[in-house]
Amino acid sequence: MSPASRNRIARRQTRAPVFAALGDETRLLLVAKLCRGQPSSISELTEGSKLTRQAITKHLRVLERVGIVHSIRAGRESRFKFNPEPIKDIREYLDLVSAQWDEALSRLKAFVEQ
Amino acid sequence: MSDRIEKRIELKAPVSRVWRALTDYREFGEWFRVKIEGPFKPGEVSRGQVTYPGYEHLKWEAIVQKMEPERLFSFTWHPAGVDPKKDYSKETPTLVEFKLEKTANGTLLVVVESGFDKIPADRRLEAFRMNEGGWETQMKNIESYVARKP
Repeated sequence: MSPASRNRIARRQTRAPVFAALGDETRLLLVAKLCRGQPSSISELTEGSKLTRQAITKHLRVLERVGIVHSIRAGRESRFKFNPEPIKDIREYLDLVSAQWDEALSRLKAFVEQ
Repeated sequence: MSDRIEKRIELKAPVSRVWRALTDYREFGEWFRVKIEGPFKPGEVSRGQVTYPGYEHLKWEAIVQKMEPERLFSFTWHPAGVDPKKDYSKETPTLVEFKLEKTANGTLLVVVESGFDKIPADRRLEAFRMNEGGWETQMKNIESYVARKP
């Protein structure tokens, strides 16, 4: 495990909340809706869902707390906009951990095959 | 996005040799680049110091979970837990498992690191498979996933 990369990771914030925020089907569905379209209002996001506005709002707040969505005021209502950065960030993090394992295992290979 | 990392590697060495390289703390330290204080014991904390040049101030800390001879070695740790100044106690550790299997030419070693989130990951994380393709593709994956499981 290259400590250089481990150190890079250490400087970053923990990703667990982002993983946790995505660990819910309603929120995944909201992300799927928001990631392609225009910023949407709560009414638009509630459409076609069995959930109440309150429930949808609660899920949006969870996504907002980890930065996956941002809310923008548009007149009297809030609109929600998708932000890919936190998801890109956890992906980058996993890529990094993955690369570290590749390095460590190639050292192990050299070690046991010598 | 998958919350686990899985690596498979063929080693041209007998299972017993690989087992020793994994579970003898001195041998482990050789290739992992850490100086560990003492032998690994299930249920006990393993402490040590990173030996990678330039990073000797970083700590190694893991809790050994299972040692099933020549089959399974596992520990939990904080994959980001390298900075002695930071408190990682509130972060959920990840689980690292080394699984060994005898093959015709030596040993198949499977390493799985899991638990990057604390929620049992199975179906939902399928949707976030981001290892290939761009963002668009991933979002299509999410869509088809949620369509499948409304």
